[in-house]
Amino acid sequence: MSKMSRRRFLKGTLNGGAITVGLPLLNVFLNENGSALASGAPIPLRFGTWSWGLGMSKEIFVPKKTGPNFDLPPEIASLAPVQKHINLYTNYNVFKDDAPNLCHHSGWVVLRSGIAPMTRANRPGETIDVSVARKIGNATRFRSLSATATGDVRDSFSYEGGNSVNSPEWSPLRFYERLFGEDFQDPNAQTFKPDPRVMVRKSALSAVQEDAKKLQKNLGMEDRARLDQYFTGLRDLERRFDLQLTKPDPREACIVGGAPSDLPSGLDADLVQKRHRMMTDLMLMALACDQTRVFNMFYASAFSATTKPGYDKPHHTATHEEAVDPAQKCQPNTSWYTRRAMEEWGYYVQALANFKEGDGSLLDNSFIYATTDQSFAKIHGIDGIPMFSAGTAGGRVKTGIHLDGNDSPACRLGLTAQRLMGLDLESWGTKSNNTSSEISEILV
Amino acid sequence: MFTPINSTLRALLPEPKLLKAAAFSLAALSLFAGCQPEVVEIENNASVARTRLLTGEQYANTIAQAFGEDISESILPPMPLMARTDGLLASGAAFAGVTSDQISQIQLSAASVASQVVDEEHRDFLLPCKPESETSVDPVCAGQFLAEAGELLYRRPLTESRLAELVDIADYAAQQTENFYDGLALALEAILLSPEVVFVVDQYEPDPYNPGSQRLDSYSLASRLSFFLWNAPPDPALLAAAKNGDLHSEEGLEKAVNRLLGSPRLEAGMRAFFDDMLAFDDFNSLAKDPLVYPMVTGATLADAREQTLRTIIDHLLTQDADYRDLFVTKKTFMSMPLAPVYGIPASDGWVPYEFPAESPRMGLLTHVSFLAANSHSVRSSPTLRGKALRELMLCQNVPEPPPDVDFLGLEEDENAKTARERLNVHNKNPSCAGCHLITDPMGLSLENFDGAGRFRETENGAILDIAGELDGVFYDDISGLATAMRNHPKLSSCLVNRLYAYGTGGPVSLRDDRDILKEFENRFVEAQYKLPALLKDLATSTAFSAIRTQEPENKEAELASTDNPTTPEQIDTIVQNTLASTESEQ
Repeated sequence: MSKMSRRRFLKGTLNGGAITVGLPLLNVFLNENGSALASGAPIPLRFGTWSWGLGMSKEIFVPKKTGPNFDLPPEIASLAPVQKHINLYTNYNVFKDDAPNLCHHSGWVVLRSGIAPMTRANRPGETIDVSVARKIGNATRFRSLSATATGDVRDSFSYEGGNSVNSPEWSPLRFYERLFGEDFQDPNAQTFKPDPRVMVRKSALSAVQEDAKKLQKNLGMEDRARLDQYFTGLRDLERRFDLQLTKPDPREACIVGGAPSDLPSGLDADLVQKRHRMMTDLMLMALACDQTRVFNMFYASAFSATTKPGYDKPHHTATHEEAVDPAQKCQPNTSWYTRRAMEEWGYYVQALANFKEGDGSLLDNSFIYATTDQSFAKIHGIDGIPMFSAGTAGGRVKTGIHLDGNDSPACRLGLTAQRLMGLDLESWGTKSNNTSSEISEILV
Repeated sequence: MFTPINSTLRALLPEPKLLKAAAFSLAALSLFAGCQPEVVEIENNASVARTRLLTGEQYANTIAQAFGEDISESILPPMPLMARTDGLLASGAAFAGVTSDQISQIQLSAASVASQVVDEEHRDFLLPCKPESETSVDPVCAGQFLAEAGELLYRRPLTESRLAELVDIADYAAQQTENFYDGLALALEAILLSPEVVFVVDQYEPDPYNPGSQRLDSYSLASRLSFFLWNAPPDPALLAAAKNGDLHSEEGLEKAVNRLLGSPRLEAGMRAFFDDMLAFDDFNSLAKDPLVYPMVTGATLADAREQTLRTIIDHLLTQDADYRDLFVTKKTFMSMPLAPVYGIPASDGWVPYEFPAESPRMGLLTHVSFLAANSHSVRSSPTLRGKALRELMLCQNVPEPPPDVDFLGLEEDENAKTARERLNVHNKNPSCAGCHLITDPMGLSLENFDGAGRFRETENGAILDIAGELDGVFYDDISGLATAMRNHPKLSSCLVNRLYAYGTGGPVSLRDDRDILKEFENRFVEAQYKLPALLKDLATSTAFSAIRTQEPENKEAELASTDNPTTPEQIDTIVQNTLASTESEQ
């Protein structure tokens, strides 16, 4: 049987039987109370991000009071319905050290990776969602999912490395098809029959990996690293195949509706809002169906070009060209854009809070990290860059609090988030952004 | 018992669909006769071995070439977006990695392609044989198909051991699924997931004619040639030329290059290049505010992109005309959605069109594509237009805006009616002027066109002053700008640099490629700025196939290639001169 000896990819025989692969039940998958879904399955913990563009108008954004029951100045007044679910972090700092202050770039890169970039093309390290997904994203069909409300596939704050970006879903219809198309396994289906093709796929992957290793000969260091990354991805794919051979736990909140209609391209604020809400709703159903546990939502890009009907300056242009109105203590049109962003942040949080799961909501079992690219965009300021969080991460986090960072590293929130997700991190960030200090005031 | 496929069996395979259209044109070949470059001894006459990720379009072309356009068009190419690197997305492919998420998308596409190849609609003409039984294994038939398909997808023949392994996968899968075709599809999926398919890895070998030097092996050279000229993998004829060693002989290489250049597929290849060079990927998400520009729809913008590409292809390939004249030509093509923006009567479909002599429109800078893509959604932007003109067409870098700018002077002036008045504040402020004087003078000359590219003589009731200057050439109107652009000394060197980077798969290096690029430019000038002659010169050059093996220092050092006019000293000179002339005018 010489052929069998070559068949090193065969790891076993299938013979039409069910294949099950046990998955480790980590503590991190359980919420604080150890509560579970009706099926008895533990409720998973999730990590999400949300991003908006061009910061804030400090005078009418930052509450006067810190702690609980903080006041809501005009620019964030729309957050009243979700105030109890969120924390607001102001007067935290991102540090550029010896790197240049790259307009609309340095701020978000530090908040997402902990490292100040040296050039605009430079995206050092990996983003926080990728680090968290390595920890909690291995038990689902997608390690993470990203979606943007801008309709532009180039808008992403998620990358494994400078040249390896996780492209976001930009079309509601396409997103729906990816999530709930042919390969979707309904967790609530009455029957489960493993697809014999999946086992073959898994076996064939070993052959692909072994044959291709010789490719690396003669390659430079960077190219070898790119192929290594590819092999890591193939191993990850193997894990996904294992999952497809296992009957998914029922998810009572998973009820997939019909496909959405698609939207035209464009950045009119009303259109962006509509797209944001459609993408959010799809993302939440993906969570409820346990298709992913790490998710990124992108409301606006760093150079946000959202437009306001009847006003001739897109958001970014307005931040620089519009005068501050002393009476209103802001640039009125620029603030209009920020208020629209905050309305959508509120929608996002409320949607998570409204989504029932077990005895609570999706939000109860999530921690959302929301960031922007500047503090005062008019002058490209990054000091005091505002951040939000939402959700209690399964009862581990107190909410409804405004925290004053007193100029401490903003990376403290990213560190706190990663530890909440089970990452064993001594510290996070480089140079002045490095911190080993959690924001303990929010921890239960 | 598995038997490797032989050449007789290979001949049984149907020709891929696209090839049938790619008839070899002797007439076209004659265009390039007499363009053979002289041999010039140049130091560093070699390029870098690259590992390039297929772009989405290259992936789609790969599937189309192997299995037909209907299957290719049924899937969204699963490749990630490249980061624009030294002016080209294609150069970003030399550095792009693939995330886990992206690999799962590549697998989904592979499964979709493979299942369609073997479905009842396609199997009879995409497979070279029929199995003895549809419900069991047939290693001979599987081997025939996998050898053929594998060669097209891997862009080189499969080794015997690789083929044997794939046949084993097909057999095992057929047993498990009790279906020969399902088994074959699963083996095809494995091919499509292979990093050797997804990445184009330049493989090289010692050059027997130049001891101590390295050259691309013939299959890698075939890939480099065909992605350069067709934006697609090698077809069977080119693979055959590689197999015979033809590509390593001067005569054989010239013959192969002539065939590629003479093929109708050259048009698709050059469209891909110019779409990349002109950053037309911006059109994928471009939109105009319907309240401000109600006549501009998605169809208008799509046609604007198409109009420019048609103009370029007609001018450079069909007419074989001077590249520089693209910037002054009155000839273009018109469609119904575009006509209202240009203010001319509509016609059905695409028709050749020539702007009247008195029209201000001439050359690419006055196309709606350039004007609309480099504007805001609600208004024009002289700065964006000037920046695009310099970066995309002259390969110059416009510096980043400084981070700590005082924008107080920029605040809206209620009395400012025109962009020139609004931007004037920049020119009085040295920290702004450094960049804005590089972009705005030529951008302001295009202010007769609004943010959608429509002609206007006034803005907010004020007559527009469109006089300007481009690198020492002063002019009063749009034709003056167009002519200055046509005659700009960097215009042709920029095209040469971009094409060389595009063809060799990564950014050029100022340190290593300077001499060879200068030589290519000289020959481009001698050839009267004709694109086909330049393409042939590049593709048949020693540098194109010879490999310098030293590792690049690092990506950023390697990228120091753009001809950047904006050293601090130069900025200072520009600022001082302009401030002086502004003061003298006042």
